[in-house]
Amino acid sequence: MSLDFIIAAIITVVGLTTPILLAGLGELVVEKAGVLNLGVEGMMLIGAISGFGVTVMTFNPWLGVLGAAAGGALSALLFGVLVLSLNSNQVATGLALSIFGTGLSSLIGLSFVGRIAAPFGSIFPASLAKHPILQVFFGYSPLVYFALIMVPLVAWFLKSTRAGLILRAVGENDHSAHSIGYNVIGVRYAAIAFGGAMAGIGGAYFSMVITPMWAEKMTAGRGWIALALVVFAGWRTGRLLAGAYFFGILMALELYAKASGFSFLPSQFWAAMPYLMTVVALTFISSRGNVGASAPACLGKPFLP
Amino acid sequence: MTTISRRTLMKGVGAAATLSMIGTAARAEDKVKVGFIFLGPIGDYGWTWAHNKGREAIDAALGDKVETIYVENVAEDASAVPVLRDLAQQGCKLIFTTSYGYMDQTLQVAGEFPDVKFEHCTGFKRADNVSTYNSKFHEGRAVLGTIAGKMSASGVLGYLGSYKVPEVVLGVNAFALSAQKQNPAATVKLVLIDSWFDPPKEAAATETLINLGCDIVTTHTDSPGPLQILEQKGLHGFGQGADMSQFAPNAHLTAIEDIWGPYYVERAQAIVDGTWASKDTWDGMKEGTVVIAPYNPAIPADVVALADGVQAGYKDGSYDIFTGPIYDQDGNLKVKEGEVMTLEQLATIDWFVKGVESAA
Repeated sequence: MSLDFIIAAIITVVGLTTPILLAGLGELVVEKAGVLNLGVEGMMLIGAISGFGVTVMTFNPWLGVLGAAAGGALSALLFGVLVLSLNSNQVATGLALSIFGTGLSSLIGLSFVGRIAAPFGSIFPASLAKHPILQVFFGYSPLVYFALIMVPLVAWFLKSTRAGLILRAVGENDHSAHSIGYNVIGVRYAAIAFGGAMAGIGGAYFSMVITPMWAEKMTAGRGWIALALVVFAGWRTGRLLAGAYFFGILMALELYAKASGFSFLPSQFWAAMPYLMTVVALTFISSRGNVGASAPACLGKPFLP
Repeated sequence: MTTISRRTLMKGVGAAATLSMIGTAARAEDKVKVGFIFLGPIGDYGWTWAHNKGREAIDAALGDKVETIYVENVAEDASAVPVLRDLAQQGCKLIFTTSYGYMDQTLQVAGEFPDVKFEHCTGFKRADNVSTYNSKFHEGRAVLGTIAGKMSASGVLGYLGSYKVPEVVLGVNAFALSAQKQNPAATVKLVLIDSWFDPPKEAAATETLINLGCDIVTTHTDSPGPLQILEQKGLHGFGQGADMSQFAPNAHLTAIEDIWGPYYVERAQAIVDGTWASKDTWDGMKEGTVVIAPYNPAIPADVVALADGVQAGYKDGSYDIFTGPIYDQDGNLKVKEGEVMTLEQLATIDWFVKGVESAA
């Protein structure tokens, strides 16, 4: 196995990992605030078309990323109004958001079918970005570094800031947080908007970086994998990063095994792997009885003061 | 969870369509209704896009007598059944089911609606009111394989496929055999990704094939994603189902275009005339169902001549890539010297030829 081979494989893994890492990180914050948003797939698709559409119209991928974040956040806020202000069922509303996002992105995307944009590639000079070895560090889209920077930032926010502590309090015991004067609904709105923005950027990774085009349903189920990832990670940021790369490596392994002529596992098994691993992780978490790695206590419950 | 949401969506679409039809039923009564179910979105720029072009050809040719209805994104599972029933209950006299995986669902609903005619694409089960039709895509693959075998420097070719169904197996075999005619040492690395449409996975699979030494990758999945990866890497590939050169002007050598229009118009006309009868149609280059898109100027003139030779041979019936001797992956002689595989054998093929490296 040559170095070139390993570097190319790493680049593929990073491409498979980054979108689920971005979306998973957003969903982790939402769930830490006690809200279960199953609409990740829909928000990713809305982000994908928003990001691509803005990039095509403005020729500026940075504005495209902003557009993707705004599109994702807006669709998430729609979910927020329904579950927070109108107290609708979070599971049903989240599923509805996924379906709605699929349909709305197809509708918006109609006029963008068949158009292309320049890939949102590396911002480093070609001597680094195209270097046979250094490209493994410098050859990626800015979104890859953004995702990697956001992991410690979110971890620090949740663990060490006052706002993060309030957010976790809202997710663990909303009535206590309310009784000492925190705005439970407000905190949850903010978390949902953040989650939507991150899912939107994750979706834009598909339409702006990997294959710079728009195609209906182009996220092909990655939103569901991001949801599984949050559970797999036990609602911890560090494990989310490790889990995202673990899932990414699994997806790449499937392709490498097939292309090399190995068939030691049926392909359906590979496709089910992220979900199987999540079940295994859940079993592990619950058997250990580790409180720190369990779901936020108020997850999925409406707040009725 | 996707299945649930998709099914729910289909039910919603079906219900909405049924409701809207109640309003227009009286007005549209004098027009014959023709229905379509599509596997992907009509904007996939590949398989479904090409079928939708065929539907539009009916609108253009018979718009005064025929009204067409379509449902996109119909999964190849039991959820296709209610969609088909909806179309039949809306009064469709002819329904095209445009993917292999709708086979048993088509037969089931055809049994429930004996007065409605069905046309199932790429399948092999027929009934009095179910025809099958197919296209000899492998003739196009033979042209692509000829180009790839001659142009590849490494002699290692990539083939990105969906599922192990006869259409894909034929495509792989035609591609590999044609490449080996130009370069006897050529091998084909095959990846089946278990989906017809998954741009991120198609892209990652293309990167994988490139990393394993393939310098030309052909796709038998429906998005232009792989071509965009090849464009970024400065390598070559082919479009699937439609001319995809706009997505990858340098990487796109040529494409297999699926032209369904003439067949669809003919069958819709047969319904209007009352002459429709169940049959099996398997057209190819000769009939104009399979068309090779314009060549990229990057293809050298001698390679163009070879590719044109294969096309001409298929058009006048003098050439067939499935002429023996043909060996399978394990080196067993499957087709004897001078023998040509029959249509029956082609339609049910489930083995890959020598030189194909695959997981299954």
